[in-house]
Amino acid sequence: MDQFALLIAATLNSGTVLAFAALGLLINERAGIVNLGAEGMMLVAAVAGFATAVHTGNDWLAFAAGAIAGGALAAAFGVLVIWLNTNQYATGLALSLFGTGFAAFVGIRYTQEKLGEQHSFHIPVLGDLPFVGPALFRQHPMVYLAIALTVAIAWFLYRSRAGLVLRAVGESPESAHALGYPVRRIRLAAVIVGGALCGVAGAYISVVYTHLWVEGMTAGKGWIALALTTFATWRPARVLLGAYLFGGVTMLQLQLQGEGVQVSSQFLTMLPYLATIVVLVLISRNASFIRVNMPASIGKPFFPG
Amino acid sequence: MLRLEARPEPSRAMSMASPLIALAITVVIGTVLFVLLGKDPLRGLAVFFIEPVKSAYALTELAVKATPLLLIALGLAVCFRSNVWNIGAEGQFILGAIFASGVAMQATPSTGDWFFVPVLIGGVFGGMCWAGIVALLRDRFNANEILVSLMLVYVAEQVLNYLVYGPWKDPAGYNFPQTITFLKSTQVPKLFAGYRVNVGVVVAAVAVAAFWVLLFRTYAGFQLQVGGLAPAAARYAGFSSRKALWTALLLSGGMAGLAGGLEVAGPLGQLTPHVPAGYGFAAIIVAFVGRLHPVGIVLSAILMSMFYIGGELAQSRLGLPKSLTGVFQGLLLFSLLACDTLVHYRIRRKT
Repeated sequence: MDQFALLIAATLNSGTVLAFAALGLLINERAGIVNLGAEGMMLVAAVAGFATAVHTGNDWLAFAAGAIAGGALAAAFGVLVIWLNTNQYATGLALSLFGTGFAAFVGIRYTQEKLGEQHSFHIPVLGDLPFVGPALFRQHPMVYLAIALTVAIAWFLYRSRAGLVLRAVGESPESAHALGYPVRRIRLAAVIVGGALCGVAGAYISVVYTHLWVEGMTAGKGWIALALTTFATWRPARVLLGAYLFGGVTMLQLQLQGEGVQVSSQFLTMLPYLATIVVLVLISRNASFIRVNMPASIGKPFFPG
Repeated sequence: MLRLEARPEPSRAMSMASPLIALAITVVIGTVLFVLLGKDPLRGLAVFFIEPVKSAYALTELAVKATPLLLIALGLAVCFRSNVWNIGAEGQFILGAIFASGVAMQATPSTGDWFFVPVLIGGVFGGMCWAGIVALLRDRFNANEILVSLMLVYVAEQVLNYLVYGPWKDPAGYNFPQTITFLKSTQVPKLFAGYRVNVGVVVAAVAVAAFWVLLFRTYAGFQLQVGGLAPAAARYAGFSSRKALWTALLLSGGMAGLAGGLEVAGPLGQLTPHVPAGYGFAAIIVAFVGRLHPVGIVLSAILMSMFYIGGELAQSRLGLPKSLTGVFQGLLLFSLLACDTLVHYRIRRKT
């Protein structure tokens, strides 16, 4: 039973990474921009966050550094695709390739570093409950923040005027432009917010999740986050659910490896990636369902006049 | 303020000049980077642009690295021209290496010197199978090929690890995760004694010609490209987009697999966890920088190969991390995409 509680706790922890990244990507995809650079932004942010944590010892500054790094890279991407009309897929790929190399380059001096003793978090009373205490209420504050963020984004998209404008830009940039909304600036803002959230996710990996920096440590989480937005048909609550689902798969395979199950560890390591493929296949099978839910202008450039 | 104005038609001159401008931008940023790192920028640039072409040996090493990049990028060019986004060439390369190794391990001391041919065919087949999964899932289930092909890279790495840590581990290899060293009869013949460069370069040269003919002189190549440029027009003309998808993916998978086979049956001579060297990702940059044109790809593959060798030299000579290669590769693609704007637009002063 205790072990099951720990598995739930670990799932929430690992799902939080995917949740931040996928929520960020959701915002920029809702505005019509696909950023394939998620993996690169997360890696650079993981280094930025880790370096900040090593030098200052402050987790919150580390998350801020990660957000700034992710946001800055996303801004460069945004200027290219929004003002210079470069191909979104190619530019995102460039960002991923650059980010992977750049993070490895900058991070080399941090490969030996290790963060000091981690605080343990424990919500009074609730954390002492049997089972639910260790499962749910002894998490890093960011875990709860991810849930709050999901609610906030859902409210923003469906209940606020700004969210309506953002969705309008993603569905039909021409109409939004005709109504006088600054389509390109809105898209840039969405891209930067998306990058910043990917950055928070990257920093969370190195600072909270592993406490160290390893080259290529995101191991495809940026790409899985991209798949999650499709899986969630671009809805915040489903993104969160999907993130926990994938976090669960990752943790389950680690646990099975730890218990020495009679399957080669390599096949267990494959599981999250195979799960991503399976989920994509299941959700995409119905093409018209995807088309109805997908922001209509996604991936297409908008060039006023 | 400046603004962009659409050109009536794409500028041919800019389309040629843009990779050169992008290279110039990368060099300028590289120079700044060297200065910031406290290294002599001239020495830094020499390591990347002069050392790799200084001697006959250096040139052959350049060819050794350019060959897989060239082969993979040719296949990817067909993909990208048909608007099929296969970004998992790295995985197809790994599967090619695995299948080729599987064949190579069947060799016995009595097999003839021709045995490298089935080894390479095995490689092509492996790459095609892996890309075929992507085509199947896209065709049958509408699953996004970008994400599926990329996820399969991670899966391929694990398959490779499983084999070299498990069933294929050399029993006499001191427990190192690697297969036996393949017999000499499986080795791709070398071109000159004493150099690592082999017949793979010739294969690559033939492939360049073949892809040029395919793209610009055959009806099938024309159909593929119309599908990429104007899907609606292709549909109206009755060109099958499904056929285009399968052709592009199997072709690029086969080329990546061939490159993987050439690596294990050539410079490496055995299967190890270090077979994936990022060629599959670098080839994406090679394809774009080469304008998705076979001749352009030759030039960009050589350039990218210089980046690889330069990165290794920067590590040994200047004490800089090898990942500098990735930084320069990414910068090059970024600047290229930015410069490419000038092919379709011109800059005007806002009045």
